Amino acid sequence: MDFNFVKEYIPHYIEAAGLTIRIAAIGISLSILLGLLCSIIRYFRIPILHRAVGIYIELSRNTPLLIQLFFLYFGLPKIGVVLSSEACAIIGLVFLGGSYMAEAFRSGLESIANSQIEAGLSLGLTKGQVISYIVLPQAISISIPAFSANVIFLIKETSVFSAVALVDLMNVAKDLIGLYYKTDESLLMLVSSYLIILLPISIVFTLIERRLRHAGFGN
Amino acid sequence: MQDLGIEVLFQGKNLFRLLEGLWVTVRISIISVLISIVLGIVLGMIMTMRNPFIKIITRCYLEFVRIMPQLVLLFLIYFGLTKMFQINLSGELSAVIVFVLWGTAEMGDLVRGALTSIPKHQYESGKAIGLTVVQNYLYIIIPQTIRRLLPQAINLVTRMIKTTSLIALIGVVEVVKVGQQIIEASRLTTPSAAIWIYGVIFFLYFIVCYPISILSTRLEKHWRN
Repeated sequence: MDFNFVKEYIPHYIEAAGLTIRIAAIGISLSILLGLLCSIIRYFRIPILHRAVGIYIELSRNTPLLIQLFFLYFGLPKIGVVLSSEACAIIGLVFLGGSYMAEAFRSGLESIANSQIEAGLSLGLTKGQVISYIVLPQAISISIPAFSANVIFLIKETSVFSAVALVDLMNVAKDLIGLYYKTDESLLMLVSSYLIILLPISIVFTLIERRLRHAGFGN
Repeated sequence: MQDLGIEVLFQGKNLFRLLEGLWVTVRISIISVLISIVLGIVLGMIMTMRNPFIKIITRCYLEFVRIMPQLVLLFLIYFGLTKMFQINLSGELSAVIVFVLWGTAEMGDLVRGALTSIPKHQYESGKAIGLTVVQNYLYIIIPQTIRRLLPQAINLVTRMIKTTSLIALIGVVEVVKVGQQIIEASRLTTPSAAIWIYGVIFFLYFIVCYPISILSTRLEKHWRN
């Protein structure tokens, strides 16, 4: 193990980790929005949109992100739509993440018994109040485990972006292996970077889940 | 009329080659799933033991494999392991190793969850009506575990098939790689091949994964009560 090499190339990894985190943050926030929108459409069965969202969810859940990215990055320019690799990465992540988030939120919404809504209405709450005070607080705490699993899953999926020429952690490691044949050092730094990014997130979510279960909601 | 480029699919044996590539993908997933189901059941049983030492080791293994992106695991095996031990692994073999490592961890956790979700009184009432340990497992515990386990295990299969698309990046010739070869070969004759090829691959994955995930949700609904 050549630690001078490790020291020399750590800045590359930090820069790449910044890019990974930035794209993951943008992509995940947008997919939460898309997921919320889709789950609301599915929950209230809004006529035509309901169908469209159903098709979208099945399509995106049953195809790999790599193919979605290749389609965006190599396929679309052939019909005149040229996207930068960063735009492709974000669009791909949101396309994939939106459906996963939608499923997580929907399972939360659907687990609220009808009697809860009816009880709220009979107490004289308006529909908006029922949703914001009764349905949402319970639904959110129920969907937290699925939600946190999705966040970690989506951050992991960002490793695929190296295939569309984005200089993320994976790409830096691949370059260093190819250029200097320092396989052990590059892979060690790669593994450590992902551990440093993902381990705290995983621990925080475990704590949140435990607290919510403690509050008597999520079981 | 303008050249659409769709005819690239029907030139020579292109479509057939894509399907052949798809078969490589599916074969690798099936082999890995079968091995990881067997190992996962063993791991799941080990994880229900009360020994703290075993608990820590299995926990670390599980967390590490789950937290690492699969692509990183592939690199670790394909580049790291081979250099460290000076051995030569084919891309396909390293893919199977990675998917077995990953699948075993996921499957083990599912088995553990299913085993611990069965209430203790099930074991005890079996014993109380005079069943032997083997009968108890055979007639009471295992049927209930399978009901909880099977839908999620099937779901794991679709996840594995989707993840196999990554092995094109370590040089295994499967459906994505075949697609790239076709695109390269027809770069001059049909420049717009990429959109059709990737579109077809997109739907090939969908056609393979959709029935499996439908099966999984059906079973889950069917066995819920």
